[in-house]
Amino acid sequence: MALLEVKEVTHFFGGLRAVYNLNLSLENGELVGLIGPNGAGKTTMFNLVSGFYRPTEGEIRFNGKDISGLRPHQVTSLGIARTFQNIRLWNSLSVFDNLCISQHHLLGYGFLQSVLRTPKFRSSERRVKKTAEEMLRMLGLSHYALEFPKNLPYGLQRRVEIGRALSLRPKLLLLDEPAAGMNPGEVDELIDLIRWIRDEFKLTVLLIEHHMRVVMNICERIKVVDFGETIADGSPEQIRQNRRVIQAYLGEEEPVNA
Amino acid sequence: MRSYSSLLSYIALGVLAVIASKTGILNAYVQIVLMFIGINVILSTSLNLVNGYMGEFSVGHAGFMAVGAYITSVLNVMLFTQSSLFGPPLLNPSSALFLFPVTLLIGGIGAALAGLLVAIPSFRTRGDYLAIITLAVNYIVKSSVENIQVIGGARGFMGMRNVINSMQDIINIPWALVWVIICVGATVWIIYRFVNSTYGKGIVAVRDDEIAAEIMSVNTQRMKMVAFMLSSGLAGIAGGLFAHVLGYINPGTFTIMKSTEVLVMVYLGGMGSLSGSVLSAILFTIILEAFRPLQVAKWVVVPLLLILLMLFRPEGIMGHRELTDIFPRLRRWFGAKEERG
Repeated sequence: MALLEVKEVTHFFGGLRAVYNLNLSLENGELVGLIGPNGAGKTTMFNLVSGFYRPTEGEIRFNGKDISGLRPHQVTSLGIARTFQNIRLWNSLSVFDNLCISQHHLLGYGFLQSVLRTPKFRSSERRVKKTAEEMLRMLGLSHYALEFPKNLPYGLQRRVEIGRALSLRPKLLLLDEPAAGMNPGEVDELIDLIRWIRDEFKLTVLLIEHHMRVVMNICERIKVVDFGETIADGSPEQIRQNRRVIQAYLGEEEPVNA
Repeated sequence: MRSYSSLLSYIALGVLAVIASKTGILNAYVQIVLMFIGINVILSTSLNLVNGYMGEFSVGHAGFMAVGAYITSVLNVMLFTQSSLFGPPLLNPSSALFLFPVTLLIGGIGAALAGLLVAIPSFRTRGDYLAIITLAVNYIVKSSVENIQVIGGARGFMGMRNVINSMQDIINIPWALVWVIICVGATVWIIYRFVNSTYGKGIVAVRDDEIAAEIMSVNTQRMKMVAFMLSSGLAGIAGGLFAHVLGYINPGTFTIMKSTEVLVMVYLGGMGSLSGSVLSAILFTIILEAFRPLQVAKWVVVPLLLILLMLFRPEGIMGHRELTDIFPRLRRWFGAKEERG
C-alpha cells in the first residue's frame, strides 16, 4: 500500500484552477521530486497534503486514511511534516524551543498538568527535550541551541527548519524548495543532508525544487507539473529527455545561429 | 529546597504585610494601595498572556473583570449577608471564610466563559479586527450589567463589606489583603509555569507565526482558547477581589478606561515579560497615587509619561526579557533550574 496517495485532486482559488486532476502516489522510503515552472501548483499541492487547504475535489490518503478535511495539526500528528519555501521559524523562541514545540502533539499533557507539574508533565518534558537535543546534535546544531533563529545564516536556518520538522517524528517529509537562496557549497551540504536524513530516519521524502542539480542528484523519481496538471512522471533520466518537460520547464537549447 | 525559596520568601513577605497591617504599622490607606497593587498585578500579568505572549491585541480586559466582580459579589451577598435585595443569608455568614475562595473561583470561571466570546472569533481573525471584537465584548458586558436591575443596574451593587466583616468577626485580620496576597501569588505562579512549559510556549509560536504553528503540530485553536480563558478567568478573579476591597461596584468602573489602564501597565512592563508586568503594575499604581494631589491634572501628567516612555523605551521597562535575564544571579533563588532556552 502506498504511504501517500493523492487521487484526482483538483483545487480552485475562486476561479483560478491551481491544481487539476492530479494523481500522486508515494511508496514507503521513496525520494520523489516535484518540479515545474513557477505557479504550476507545486506549493498548492503541499498545502493540500499538509491540510492547509481542503481540496475542491478528490481524495488524499495517508497510510490508508482519508486526510482531506483534517486540520493541519491533525495531519501533522499522523506523521506528515514540512518545511516552507520562505523559512518560517519562530524567531522569538530559541532554536532549541523551536524543536521542542514541534513535538506539541506528543506532549500528552494539558494546561492543568503544565501548572501542577505532574509526573506525567515531567517525564514528557524530559522526553521532548531529549529528542530536541539529540536532533540538534545529529544535525550539528548543538552549538546554536540557545540562539534565536533570525540571527543564524540562511543555510543554518534551513537546517533548523528541517530539524524542527524531523523532531516531530514524521513518516513523510515535505521539503518546499530547500535549496532556494543557497550558495553552491550550501547546496552540496543540503544534498548530503537530505540523503542522510532519508536513510537515518527511514523517511519518505517529497521535494519541491528548482535547483536541477539537487533534483537530478537525489530523486529516484520525478513528477513534473504545469498549470496544475501532471505532464511527466519518471526517473531523472527519462525526465531529462522528455520533450514536454523540456518545452515547459527545462528549456530548449537554441541553435547557435538562429 | 532551592525551587521553593521564591515561594517561601513570598509567603514571608505576605505574612509580614498582614502583621504590619494588623498592628497598625501600615495604615488603612497604605493597605488599600497595597491591595490595588495586587489587583493590578493580576490584571497586567493576565492581559500580558494574551497581548504579550500570544501577540493578540485585546482591549476589553475590564469586561471580564466586571463579569468576575459581579458574579462573586452577588453570590457572596446572597449567601452570607442580610441584604435588601436577597433577604436573609442562605448560609451561615461565618462560612464565608471558607467559601470565599470558592465564590472567587466561580467568578473566575464565569469570566473565563465570557472569554470564549473572544476566543472563538479569534480562530478566524486577529490584529485590528480582533481588537474591535474585544472592545465590543467590553461594551456588551458593561451594558448588560447596566440593564439588569436585580443587581442594581447602573446604580451599582454593594454589600460586600459585610462579607469581609463577617470573616473578620471570626479571625480579626485584614482578610481582603490576605486574599489579594494569595491570589497574586497564585496568578504569577500559574502564568510562570504555563509560559515556561513546552505546552505554554505554543502560544508564543502562535504569535511568531500562526501558520507555521498550526502546521508544526500546535493545535492553535485550543491554545487560543486556553490563553483567552486563562487570561479572562484571572481578570475575573481580580474583579472579585476589587469588588470586595472597595465594597461597592458599578458598571461605570469597568469601561474602556479601565481596560486602557491595564493595557498601559502591560506595555509599560514589556510585552511577554512576566516580571515586567509585575514591576509595571507596582510602579503604575504608585505613580497614580503619588500624583493624586494633582487631581484632574494627573490624567495629563500620566499619559505624558507614557508618551515619553514610548519615545525613549518603546519596548517597555523589561522588553521581552525577564528579571532573571538581566540579573542572572536571581536564578539561584527564583526557580528556572530546569529551563533551557
